[in-house]
Amino acid sequence: MSTEDAAERHTIAVLVDNEPGILARVVGLFSGRGYNIECLTVSEVDHEKALSRITLVTAGTPMVIEQIKAQLNRLVPVVAVRDLTDEGNHVETELALVKVTGKGEHRVEALRIADIFGAKVDDTTLESFVFRLDGQTEKVDRFISLMRPLGLCEVARTGVVAISRGKESI
Amino acid sequence: MSNEMTGSEILLRALVEQDVEVIFGYPGGAVLPIYDALFQQNSLRHVLVRQEAGAVHAAEGYARSTGKVGVVLVTSGPGATNAVTGLTDALMDSIPIVCLTGQVPTHLIGNDAFQEADTTGITRPCTKHNYLVKDIKDLSQVVHEAFYVAKSGRPGPVVIDLPKDILQGKGGYTAAPREPRKSYRPQVKGDIRQIETAVELIAKAKRPLFYCGGGVVNSGPRASQLLTEFVRMTGHPCTLTLMGLGAFPASDKQYLGMVGMHGTYEANLAMYNCDVMVNIGARFDDRVTGKLSEFSPNSKKIHVDIDPSSINKNVRADVPIVGDVGHVLEDMMKVWKARQYSPERKALGEWWKRIEEWRARDCLHYERNDKIIKPQYALECLRDRIIGREDAFITTEVGQHQMWAAQFLPFEKPNRWMTSGGLGTMGYGLPAAMGVQVAHPDALVIDVAGESSILMNIQEMSTLAQYRLPVKVFILNNEYMGMVRQWQELLHGGRYSESYMESLPDFVKLAEAFGAVGLRASKPSEVGDLIDEMLAVDKPVIADILVDKAENCFPMIPSGAAHNEMLLGPDDQAAKPISEEGMVLV
Repeated sequence: MSTEDAAERHTIAVLVDNEPGILARVVGLFSGRGYNIECLTVSEVDHEKALSRITLVTAGTPMVIEQIKAQLNRLVPVVAVRDLTDEGNHVETELALVKVTGKGEHRVEALRIADIFGAKVDDTTLESFVFRLDGQTEKVDRFISLMRPLGLCEVARTGVVAISRGKESI
Repeated sequence: MSNEMTGSEILLRALVEQDVEVIFGYPGGAVLPIYDALFQQNSLRHVLVRQEAGAVHAAEGYARSTGKVGVVLVTSGPGATNAVTGLTDALMDSIPIVCLTGQVPTHLIGNDAFQEADTTGITRPCTKHNYLVKDIKDLSQVVHEAFYVAKSGRPGPVVIDLPKDILQGKGGYTAAPREPRKSYRPQVKGDIRQIETAVELIAKAKRPLFYCGGGVVNSGPRASQLLTEFVRMTGHPCTLTLMGLGAFPASDKQYLGMVGMHGTYEANLAMYNCDVMVNIGARFDDRVTGKLSEFSPNSKKIHVDIDPSSINKNVRADVPIVGDVGHVLEDMMKVWKARQYSPERKALGEWWKRIEEWRARDCLHYERNDKIIKPQYALECLRDRIIGREDAFITTEVGQHQMWAAQFLPFEKPNRWMTSGGLGTMGYGLPAAMGVQVAHPDALVIDVAGESSILMNIQEMSTLAQYRLPVKVFILNNEYMGMVRQWQELLHGGRYSESYMESLPDFVKLAEAFGAVGLRASKPSEVGDLIDEMLAVDKPVIADILVDKAENCFPMIPSGAAHNEMLLGPDDQAAKPISEEGMVLV
């Protein structure tokens, strides 16, 4: 039985007509049918054709993932649905802004680790930094956990955006 | 500009272009401009219901009996919220509806204005799609697109929310586009290689079964014809879901009766034991599958559905085919003929022998009684009087009477049976019958009802009177919410919590109060004459049939049980306790 299959994490790209309520439709579909959303990003990607792209990360059994894609496709304003995880090769990244406060040795250490991670300093005061970091979810997670003992006080993350490798497009 | 029209005029013109003849509706402040435009034209007929829920069910009855899109017009706020049950009903049963809702003027949206509701927000999960028209430029195209969305692919309800300033503003009209919207193009033709694989499986099957549903009816009468031809060509048995009744002639020897929770013994055991299941336009609903882990354990499953999300949702399909069932059936028959397949006669003979043994159990048998009217007996009397009538349409409410009607009434043709299958909406049958009668003024339209359900939309009797719609309401009155009581017996130790209907109205007097004819039968000997009289009257009728209060609906697959664990009658009931798992299920 499918319900005994293990849950898999999938990154799905959804191209939609940019019209009012489309995000509510997608989110409502997930809440109404009890699917998970781990993260979701949305932005217009083609102003002329009024297309937006939603990237979402979800988890479920293979049967549930198939349902999610079929249900998304069923929405009238949905132009295309791509399962980037199924297609294999894709680029995935997210952006985080991480605020760390502190003085002395902690502050120096935070800056040193930020440097190792290739994070940029977007704002600084004598008692705080705002680091900007991009990369895969795991890298951002690791950075945040390293900052925790060094005075981490606030995090803003975009969630994942993803695109397939190679010349094929959605 | 000289060709400028008001929003209301644009709207009505678009409806006419979409071949609309009838609108079921109820006026209110926000839609006054539409009603004023309606007043000044003659192309569209308006049927004034008594409550908005009635309007949507009436449109459903209209749509299901004609294959056309049903149209509803209601005002903002409470008009729209009252329509929500009907919209959900239409979504669950895949009925094409376009529902026009009034809205407060655009500058007041979000202000908690009088009779304001977030209609697109509320109806988003219960429609196939919905629109809020914010610019009069978009109005005609939105209407055209709404009709396309409602009727194409898997049909469903579509809401168009119309702010009052849009209705009163001025703009131009544009005709329906040739090319439908890019992002919504349902797949109609099935994949031919998959169809070939399916037909080969069908031809080689030793214990095959066609399991067909509402998709066949929705595809149009031709799909039912093709299905009937194909099933006869193969010699295979065929069962139908509640939604599919009429898609295959009930009188055919190859028909096993309805499948599912209250389906026949032979249909359910054939489901359990088949080796190839050919699902055409059904969706493996939980009322049909019973316990999923034991559902038809040894069969290869072919699943034809126009909605890809129906495939592999509950039951994994071995051969999935996305497409319109009419097209797919046509291709299946072509492949069958081209490859000169013939059925596995010997194996099929043995399979039929087993089926006949199951059939011999006579699972719809009930204890006859010459003092008390058995509900099944009342329906048999009705059956005997409508059999062979192509112009007989049946609607139902929800409950025991609905299942008995499905079991006992004969459906030879599609579009003659309207029942709330997916949502199970009590109060559906009377307004639905009204919609059917509007579409078929000379037909015989009967709402088989229970005394509890009928009270949920009884106000529509007044609509019947106003438009002289001679709908016959056939109440199997047992003074209980019978199905609730039956489950309380099965699951809750016979504690009849709130399932008894006290202080029921006198239905005969009630009929008279509404200008209809009231009839009553309390003895079996009276039922036949009552039905004759009911059919002879050219007015709406409420027939109050006082039936056995204790009768339960069998056969039954208790919730959480498998197809081979059917209860055939009250004696079975005591022997088999329901699992805890089953108790949780609805």
